[in-house]
Amino acid sequence: MTPRFHWGVHRATGGPRAVLTYIIRRLFAAAVMLVVIMLAVFSIFFLIPKWTGVDPATMYVGKQTDAAALEGVREKLGLADPILVQLFEFFKGILVGRDYTGGGDTYHCSAPCFGYSFKTEQAIWPILADRLPVTLGLAAGAVIIWLLIGLTAGVVSALKRGSIWDRGAMILALGGVSLPIYFTGLISLAVFSYGLGLVAHQFTPIEENFSAWFSGMILPWVTLALLFGAMYARLTRATMLEVMGEDYIRTARAKGLREGVVIRKHAMRSTMTPIITLLGVDLGALIGGAILTETTFSLPGLGQAVLKAIGERDLPLILGVTLITASAVVIANLLVDVLYGVIDPRVRLA
Amino acid sequence: MTAPMHDTVPVESGDAVAAADVTKKDVEGRSLGRIAWNRLKRDKLALAGGVMVIVLVLVAVFAPFITSVLGHDPDVRNEDLIDPLFQTPKGAWGGISSEHLFGVEPGNGRDIFSRIVYGARISLLVGFLSAVVAVVIGTVLGILAGYFGGWLDAVISRVMDMLLAFPQLLFIISLISVMPNQLIGLHGTGVRLLVMIMVIGFFGWPYVGRIVRGQTLSLREREYVEAARSLGAGRRYILFKELLPNLIAPITVYATLMIPTNILTEAALGFLGVGVKPPTASWGNMLSTAVSYYDSDPMFMIIPGLAIFITVLSFNLFGDGVRDALDPKGSR
Repeated sequence: MTPRFHWGVHRATGGPRAVLTYIIRRLFAAAVMLVVIMLAVFSIFFLIPKWTGVDPATMYVGKQTDAAALEGVREKLGLADPILVQLFEFFKGILVGRDYTGGGDTYHCSAPCFGYSFKTEQAIWPILADRLPVTLGLAAGAVIIWLLIGLTAGVVSALKRGSIWDRGAMILALGGVSLPIYFTGLISLAVFSYGLGLVAHQFTPIEENFSAWFSGMILPWVTLALLFGAMYARLTRATMLEVMGEDYIRTARAKGLREGVVIRKHAMRSTMTPIITLLGVDLGALIGGAILTETTFSLPGLGQAVLKAIGERDLPLILGVTLITASAVVIANLLVDVLYGVIDPRVRLA
Repeated sequence: MTAPMHDTVPVESGDAVAAADVTKKDVEGRSLGRIAWNRLKRDKLALAGGVMVIVLVLVAVFAPFITSVLGHDPDVRNEDLIDPLFQTPKGAWGGISSEHLFGVEPGNGRDIFSRIVYGARISLLVGFLSAVVAVVIGTVLGILAGYFGGWLDAVISRVMDMLLAFPQLLFIISLISVMPNQLIGLHGTGVRLLVMIMVIGFFGWPYVGRIVRGQTLSLREREYVEAARSLGAGRRYILFKELLPNLIAPITVYATLMIPTNILTEAALGFLGVGVKPPTASWGNMLSTAVSYYDSDPMFMIIPGLAIFITVLSFNLFGDGVRDALDPKGSR
């Protein structure tokens, strides 16, 4: 066994340069993912309607059957153009902005251009920019609570395997993964907010009043975090149990380390590795949960916007929300990955 | 090239289980199914879950019979049971009586029990069939990636990684919102069911694919595969006769654990108003209506919520049991 200094880990894997290569590779992967997402969104909104025999123009116009109006929309949005031209315009609009020409007028839509709402005729981007912070605030708070609940419960359960605490926590966790967010949300709203009056039931923007915002966000945070927290508690426990059975834990104990050190320095580190990987993957699922939570608690975020848009068949808005949320997930994932590569040197070699 | 694997699913093949079991008292050959069943029999919680699952399936299959015996069609409105002023059911607890076991819906007085029974059909149908879609795609692509390796593996693995990180619910919502009302001979509810099954299944396949790929990778190096190959077995023989039987255990476990997730997704879509639409009864769309009555008629919210909870919990208990029974290490 070669002696290792605490900073030797970096040396062994090539130091800062390896980190840089790793980060560049992750950046590239994220860029590819963004392009794929844009392609997927484009296909959903422009290709699939074609295959299923729906004229996108009629979806934009809604119930009107005025032939002239349809023609106008088709011309304005370029729906009659070849599909590749449409795709190019779509990408161009997002990256550098685009012009819409219709009925002799030209509108410039500056980047990032997601088009105009068909309901309100507003540009989509400002609507999104307005609502994004609400969703991000919800997601970020939930992630913190979920990791706290999940990791603590999982680690303690694994260390005290078979105890009352372990059994109780695991029964709660099993219940937690089986409870739909919208159900727990509605019940907690009825009990804690309307029934006991402990927390606010209305959303206040963060810039208006921080404590009111915080009070209004507690229930949504906890509701959203419960589902994931329960999942992570189960996963952490299983991983931790497996790690504690490994030979190097026995070795660490054999050389006389205190149990606390064995757990903190040896077991925890290996347990965290798969959990953090999973966290990156689950950010996409978190967005789904956030949509449900926003609907349950009437938070004015992206989820609520997209549902309203579906009701009104406001396609540009649906498209914008889908794209912006998917991009947020990719970026958050990238951050997790980079952080992970810095923390765990083995990842860079993979 | 290795894709990240972080699952709590058994990753040993059947013969390893059999080998581990030889040390037990009887040495006579026992199939993997037999061993698993013996373990499952001892797990009370899993059995309870399994019984509940069977009951739910029976309820779904015989829904028309059950409702006709009790005499309440799920679509018949009983406006005489509704308070004309508040639109809530007359009587306490949301109108629960010996006649209407779970009460009636506010606003229109439809029998909640019948609607829950019919809602089970939608939930289970979407839950099962989308799992089937996911298992079929995942198994085929997982075996291809694991067995052939190379660029095929690289492409399939990257696609899986990408799909796993996708905000699925959002994509499902937008896909359903651009679907027409009529498609290949189906209308309204039929189209929505078909789209939900296909889309939920599509986003589920990478979970199965990863497991199958990892398994195939380790199995194809085993001696018995090598032996078959040296005896001149064709590629198809090795894939279907040597590899696939050993993949059944992990696939079964994952499929069982996938059904409850799919049921939750279906209910979520119903709740968001993009799933099956009323008057067709589904648990999700009942909850969605219940939102507007949650302080005046909380029972209407609690009943479909509990239906979802109990169903998902039963599947989870049963799935956990099956996993433990098939897991040779017997941990957890």
